[in-house]
Amino acid sequence: MTPQLLIFFVLAALAVMGAVSLILQKHPIHSALSLIVVMVALAGLYLLMGAEFVAAVQIIVYGGAIMVLFVFVIMLLNAGIEEHTSLSKFAGPPGLLLVVALAGFVAATIARSTGTVQAAGQTGAMSSTKGISSMLFRDFVYPFELTSFLILVAIMGAVVLAQREKN
Amino acid sequence: MPTYPILEYLWIIPLLPLLGSAINGLFGEKWPNKIVNWVALSSTGLSFACALEAVREFFVSGQALFHKEFFTWIAAGNFRAGFDLQMDQLTVVMVLVVTGVGWLIHIYATGYMAHEGGYYRFFSYLNLFMFFMLILVLAANYVLLFVGWEGVGLSSYLLIGFYFLRKSAADAGKKAFIVNRIGDFGFMLGMFLLFRTFHTLDFQTLFDAQHAAGWPAEAYGQFGTFTIACLLLFMGACGKSAQLPLYVWLPDAMEGPTPVSALIHAATMVTAGVYVVVRSHILFTHAPTAMLVVAIVGCATAFFAATIGLVQTDIKKVLAYSTVSQLGYMFLACGVGAFSAGIFHLMTHAFFKALLFLAAGSVIHAIGGEQDMNRMGGLGKKIPWTYVTMLLATFAITGIPFWAGFFSKDAILLAAFQSQTGGTVLYVFGLLTALLTSFYMFRLIFLTFGSTPRFDEHKVHVHESPWSMLGPLVVLAVLSTVGGWLALPAFFQGPDYFANFLGPVFGGHETAEAAGDIAAHHLELILAGVAVSTALIGLGVAYWLYLKRPGKVDDLAKSMKPAYTTLLNKYYVDELYAAVVVKPLLWISTVVLWKGVDVAGIDGAVNGVAEGLTTVGDGVRHTQSGNTRSYAVWVVVGAIVIIAVIFFWPGPGKPVIGMVR
Amino acid sequence: MVPTNYYVVLSAVLFGLGVFAFIFKRNIIVIFMSIELMLNAVNLAFVAFSQALGKLDGQVFVLFVIVVAAAEAAVGLGIIILIARNRQSLNVERVDLLKL
Repeated sequence: MTPQLLIFFVLAALAVMGAVSLILQKHPIHSALSLIVVMVALAGLYLLMGAEFVAAVQIIVYGGAIMVLFVFVIMLLNAGIEEHTSLSKFAGPPGLLLVVALAGFVAATIARSTGTVQAAGQTGAMSSTKGISSMLFRDFVYPFELTSFLILVAIMGAVVLAQREKN
Repeated sequence: MPTYPILEYLWIIPLLPLLGSAINGLFGEKWPNKIVNWVALSSTGLSFACALEAVREFFVSGQALFHKEFFTWIAAGNFRAGFDLQMDQLTVVMVLVVTGVGWLIHIYATGYMAHEGGYYRFFSYLNLFMFFMLILVLAANYVLLFVGWEGVGLSSYLLIGFYFLRKSAADAGKKAFIVNRIGDFGFMLGMFLLFRTFHTLDFQTLFDAQHAAGWPAEAYGQFGTFTIACLLLFMGACGKSAQLPLYVWLPDAMEGPTPVSALIHAATMVTAGVYVVVRSHILFTHAPTAMLVVAIVGCATAFFAATIGLVQTDIKKVLAYSTVSQLGYMFLACGVGAFSAGIFHLMTHAFFKALLFLAAGSVIHAIGGEQDMNRMGGLGKKIPWTYVTMLLATFAITGIPFWAGFFSKDAILLAAFQSQTGGTVLYVFGLLTALLTSFYMFRLIFLTFGSTPRFDEHKVHVHESPWSMLGPLVVLAVLSTVGGWLALPAFFQGPDYFANFLGPVFGGHETAEAAGDIAAHHLELILAGVAVSTALIGLGVAYWLYLKRPGKVDDLAKSMKPAYTTLLNKYYVDELYAAVVVKPLLWISTVVLWKGVDVAGIDGAVNGVAEGLTTVGDGVRHTQSGNTRSYAVWVVVGAIVIIAVIFFWPGPGKPVIGMVR
Repeated sequence: MVPTNYYVVLSAVLFGLGVFAFIFKRNIIVIFMSIELMLNAVNLAFVAFSQALGKLDGQVFVLFVIVVAAAEAAVGLGIIILIARNRQSLNVERVDLLKL
């Protein structure tokens, strides 16, 4: 058991527990906090894999902005404990079956792959950040600019949607 | 100007009546009778004149067969049918009869129909009939002939049902057309078979003797093409010429006006069947079985119809059954190989039968519309012209010597007697039919013109017909008297002009007596004597029963009640057909085809598709439940489907993880 | 080194859990969070493959995913606020105006 493997299992367990907790919690705020746990665990995994930039972005953007937004909205809306209403026809056993099927397919696909893939080691020449940025501004400059446009549109949309109604 | 102008433009002969028909039909509604007359008579008269001229040119050209294709009508793959017209000796006879007698009847009709409604319509239809009939006789291939064939059937329907507001007339028209159609079905099958075996329907190519070498072997023999095709063509002829078993429409066709009965159902249309058989004589002579069938059917029909005619009371019905009977004679002639005798009888029959019908019309007109002979009588002195002409026609039909019918009927009976296959039987029945013919024709004369009036003379004012009607009667009477004299010299061992004239058409296929054969000539004289005696016997019996001892008839009828009623009800043939043919067909149409196939099957299928779709839509509707969570589930299901497809997609290299290099 | 398969299995498990939450939870916000969970699982897979292949494309894609997730979260939460205002409830089963 190499240290990396150990760290992996720890972080993986953390992530899974966070996800399970997200499902099992009754109050949305608890679910939100569980999700933050998951994200932090994932950030750790990214670090383990040598993707520092992505890890940092994960924490800053996902954890620091998106989840904060979630928490704000939960508090704004005064979300309470989830009510119990009658399940729709499609939830229940069929839904469970579907989830199992989904996971099963993915697992089977993995199992079918010939041999485990060994990591090729850390990326050789460039460090993560430098490499990403050079790719971003050379090969993917067009999508990059589009995403800035996308964010602009999202902001405008959010503002329009959440406006208080003008009486 | 070509050498033979009319022959070059032979189509003008049928075209003129067509123009007359179109003009009268389209514009005649508002015109006074005079103008309609003028259009109709001039178109037919000009057609007759052109026909005369065409015949003259034919003779001048040395009686050379004339055949010309005026335009190509159908050219589809191997099949070619052109608008070909031809003129040979047979056509000469037919076209002169059709246009000549047709024109006379047109003249008569202007008088007869003068007070009828729909005057223009009548003449339009009559001219239309002339057009189709001329197409029929001038055609040089079976396809064009069939056009004329169908067309005369159509005109017959229109004219029989001329008084369409009368249900019986409308029904009679339908009956004629439908029964004809049954025959036409056979005719078409015959045509198809001929085309399939010989690859042509053109008369010249088909009948060309040199071609005979190339005819396939399968064509011969009892079930060969010749026999089957001839039988099928004869089936068509039975329908058109009212032979057993398709004769039932002709008596009902008397619902039409009398000129129609004269023209279509005596002189021309019903002879189309005989014409077809004669025209196809080469095919028939190669199929002895078919010829035998023709002879038997013709003979049986002749006898059968004559027996029915014995007791009928409607003057036109007697003449109708007489027509069926005489047509039987013509087919009998064809069946034993005496084709020119058949055509001779066709010609003389056209004269005297048309005369009989027109005269009957004159009688009906004279006593104000009555057609039942039991209510006539004593008209001889009052309408002398009608009486004399009708009497002359009766002499002709019964075969009194030197009148037209004598020569033609004699030729037929002689040929029947000489036939190798069952000739004696055919002869005997033919002779019996002659006896019956004489009897019922003179019965008609005596009932109508003889004894004393059996109607109220104060109520009915008997008047002679106008000259527009009497003129044609006189002309036809003359023709009935002298029409047979073309064969007269043969009686004295001279040449038979008529048969010789038609000789080139029939080549060596006729069973004609060799000229100069003394024994055969004696036979002919003996047979002629026998025939005349039977005619006189018939006359005598009729005279005795109807003039001398009128009461005897009723006694006879009572004593032979069953036979009498059977004959009076025409052997119940119509009822038989209704029960055996019509009822099952109606049942099939209603129950099977309508309720079963149409309503349940087709409607069911179409509506079923609609309803199926509605049901499916109803089911699918539930996916749009408005329930967001179920939508979520569908999203997942979709994702799983895609993954499953990728997972199970056959082929090398799973694109998921295996592509890691 | 940690084999790539392990990361992918973890990603699959997280994804499955996210789907489970997506189907079974009734609170809109929690459902939305499950979407984020699914996106994260996918990100993990991307980075894992990026490491395995030695290329940085996966990580660039992860960046884009995060950006899009952010934008989506912003707009989505705006919609959720509107729904909460209109239906006075955060229960997804209350959003059923299209029901027959």
